[in-house]
Amino acid sequence: MKTPKNVVFNEQVELVLPNNEIRLGNVICMDENTTMIQVYEGTNGISLDKTKTILKGRPLSIKLSENMLGRIFDGTGRPIDGLGEIDSDLERDINGSSINPVSREYPRNYIETGISSIDGLLTLIRGQKLPIFSGSGINHNELANKIITDSNIGKEEKFAICFGLMGAEFETAEYFKNNLKENGSLSKVVMFQNLSNDPSIERILTPKVTLTCAEYLAFDLGYHVLVILTDMTAYAESLREVSTLKGEIPSRKGYPGYLYSDLASIYERAGMIKGKSGSITEIPILTMPNDDISHPIPDLTGYITEGQIVLSRDLYQKGIIPPVDILNSLSRLMKDGIGENYTRKDHKKISDQIFASYSRAQDVRALAKVLGESDLSDLDRKYLKFADEFEERFIKQSQDERRSLNQTLDLALEILNILPKEELTKL
Amino acid sequence: MEPKRITKIDGPVIVATGKEDFAMHDMVYIGNQKLLGEVIKLDGESATIQCYEDTSGMKLGEKVISTNAPLSLSLGPGIIGSVYDGIQRPLNLIENLSGPFIKKGVQVSNLDENKKWHFVPSLALGDMVEYNFILGTVKETESVTNKILYPNKVSGKILEIASEGDYSINDVIAKVELPNKEVINLTMVQKWPVRIPRPYKQRLRANTLLQTGQRVIDAIFPISKGGTATIPGGFGTGKTMLQHQLAKWCDANIIVYIGCGERGNEMTQVLEDFPKLTDPRTGRPLMERTILIANTSNMPVAARETSIYTGITIAEYYRDMGYQVAIMADSTSRWAEALREISGRLEEMPAEEGFPSYLPSRLSEFYGRAGRTLNNNGTEGSVTIIGAVSPQGSDFSEPVTQNTRRFVHVFWGLDRDLAYSRHYPAINWMISYSEYLSNLEEWYEKNTEEDFLDYRNKIVKLLNEENELQEIAKVVGQDVLSDSKKLILEICKCIREGFLQQNANSDIDTFVPLLKQYKMMKLVVDIYEVSNDLINMGIPMSRIKEIGFFENYPRIKEEVTNIESGKIDEMEDEYIKKLNDIEDEYKEVL
Repeated sequence: MKTPKNVVFNEQVELVLPNNEIRLGNVICMDENTTMIQVYEGTNGISLDKTKTILKGRPLSIKLSENMLGRIFDGTGRPIDGLGEIDSDLERDINGSSINPVSREYPRNYIETGISSIDGLLTLIRGQKLPIFSGSGINHNELANKIITDSNIGKEEKFAICFGLMGAEFETAEYFKNNLKENGSLSKVVMFQNLSNDPSIERILTPKVTLTCAEYLAFDLGYHVLVILTDMTAYAESLREVSTLKGEIPSRKGYPGYLYSDLASIYERAGMIKGKSGSITEIPILTMPNDDISHPIPDLTGYITEGQIVLSRDLYQKGIIPPVDILNSLSRLMKDGIGENYTRKDHKKISDQIFASYSRAQDVRALAKVLGESDLSDLDRKYLKFADEFEERFIKQSQDERRSLNQTLDLALEILNILPKEELTKL
Repeated sequence: MEPKRITKIDGPVIVATGKEDFAMHDMVYIGNQKLLGEVIKLDGESATIQCYEDTSGMKLGEKVISTNAPLSLSLGPGIIGSVYDGIQRPLNLIENLSGPFIKKGVQVSNLDENKKWHFVPSLALGDMVEYNFILGTVKETESVTNKILYPNKVSGKILEIASEGDYSINDVIAKVELPNKEVINLTMVQKWPVRIPRPYKQRLRANTLLQTGQRVIDAIFPISKGGTATIPGGFGTGKTMLQHQLAKWCDANIIVYIGCGERGNEMTQVLEDFPKLTDPRTGRPLMERTILIANTSNMPVAARETSIYTGITIAEYYRDMGYQVAIMADSTSRWAEALREISGRLEEMPAEEGFPSYLPSRLSEFYGRAGRTLNNNGTEGSVTIIGAVSPQGSDFSEPVTQNTRRFVHVFWGLDRDLAYSRHYPAINWMISYSEYLSNLEEWYEKNTEEDFLDYRNKIVKLLNEENELQEIAKVVGQDVLSDSKKLILEICKCIREGFLQQNANSDIDTFVPLLKQYKMMKLVVDIYEVSNDLINMGIPMSRIKEIGFFENYPRIKEEVTNIESGKIDEMEDEYIKKLNDIEDEYKEVL
């Protein structure tokens, strides 16, 4: 459009269509002649001369209130559960501002999720951002759901979940809603849903809106907030769509060069702040296109987040559920949140030994494929047995089984004892 | 003259048009919010500016005011121990002004203007001063004495110099008369443009070891003071851990740690750890020699591009005082990506993978600022650069890794497989290298045992042989190999687990002095050589394994403390004796 007077960079725009429908947008680029507006709900029906544009004079923002708990919104933050608008004087810019590194508090409190592979080997820490890397067809939602229902943060009084669904299937959204209803925590959830049939460009807003709400709950009201964002791949694809439409120079696989900065602006909003009791723990879920971990989306995510939980298709097909591929997974904050004052003194040694032995067992498996099992040495056969038992008994865990941390570590020791003592150099 | 006004806004890139004259790289204040920016392109009456803060809420037609000076740092006492953002604004002052979230347009002074420093003059009236001569000294922290340098390139004569006493950084401490009779007032602070290297008298050969206490580095792939190294590694391979280890334990006087586009929590960790840790050499807290520059991944992208230069300029400032400075830049890939992002907004023609074509020259300029130098004031200093690279998709052939490789002399390639089996530091010994070995030969001879490098070379040879044997074993299985080959595999397992792996979280193993490193190398190599002789005599491997060396060696690093490394010699005598007994036994049978 032609640049009007007083247009402000990044301000919110409302487009009023001839039929009085209102669409949201914002200013993304401007010079003396033209102003570019990005419209979040599709440009269908927008005509060149019959559309009125209202400039709001401020960046996109949403109204915030404690009453948001238990409510459902669309991807741009408008209520869709028929319970009316949120009434509040407090309105915040959804882009947020970055937390000053000096003001951050280093996260150290671990969260017991009840899942052995996570508690024992990839300990989740409050204030951490730990994504789940999955593939299409692997049921990662079950794992996310198990974390929500079984983790001990769920039992805290001041606990809330902010859910951002981006391009999610209707079924996925329903699955989470039903499960939350069943365990009675729906009143603690704020849900922002952008379904797969909603305009894809609206997805760009969804995580920002979700996190703005989470920041309010955590740092203003002192809640411990768990933020689940699914699916980040759909988000990144929308970003690419917009970038291409703007005619920007693409970098890897057509994604814009600022994908890293953009993802960081989402992930880095997790954390804890000195002197504030609340926290934001982020679990973004993304499907790796073609199971490729070096694809730009999982790759850049891994560089920003504090570790990753990778799900493996091989394990999934073997019936090992949750199919956590521990060798590819990592929790970076684990080292400072385990050990004597936090979990158990021998925690680190046990997990190091499991990683080393399981990794060795993978080599033996590869060797066994070439030579056949019968030609292996005794020691190698023990490694094979160890790997099988480890997967069957430790990683595999049914939906309703919850293991305490002690149980998890004892189980790990028991399985490690399959190996001869001199192989356990890390214990 | 008519001021320049904003005519275009595209994210962090702004175009301002007007008659007023701007110069390249001038620092400017943009718009009513007075956001900081830098001129990066000039074309007729329009100037392209990169803005260091978020440009939301800016309008067309707002004024842009030039400071008529390039983006400069304030160099003076008080830098050490600070935490700065990418353009030298102290983050704790920003916190005081705007709370835990960073607001934009915050204006703070770079250095504490009220604090009094105890100045001791080292020159007298009438002395002639040249560039970088030391006017006096100030104790900046318990571990570091700041030397106040004469900042002017033109020499002069001292007319007045302050007597010993307490002064703040803006007090005049000297008056100097230049040859043209002009008199200039000097304070303890000098301004230096961030993109211009500080000059020195002469570049020296980098021939002293930067001791890091990390075995795989000091003993296998060492770096000199004044050298350049890169640590490429995919995510989760331990780049940051290794950078932290080096920042904690290397024997530089000053550490500049640049967190460039990385995680906020990592900076917090440094901020929590460093004040608690003590420098093993001075016994003082590590924070007293450290400067942090934090531009986390969610902070503005243009300031990320500058943070690297801010770091190196501060490093050169301390080098000029005669200190050994080491820079850890984590990660240079984020810097390159910031270049790419801005270049894209400028609609420049991209080269490889969207990176601008000037990426290699920028990298070489950066690493070229490292080196050991003789300064104009007679002191010798050095700047060592250790840059982490985060290759996209862990692919070392991507442009940033490849181009960095051309300009650095040490390559510590991190390996994902090693990291997955929790072999840390995950430096892959097959792809890593150090070009300083020949420079350092003399140093090792003088400062460690004479045969230090001989043992080092033997270990590298063994590891190479192991690599080949592993390939064969993959196809035919280990059982088919002869005993002498099996011995190599066993010994190398010891080397890998007992020597190359090092536990950063263990109090004993996190830092290991060279003497212990030497004894550990000597033990494993000597045992190999004696055992190999026995095997050649026909003694079976199973017999040699009975001496218990192979299980015990990996535990030595944790069990023998750094001061009692003599114990390792005792162990060696014991094992050798056991081997000799086996030999005697066999000789009798024969």
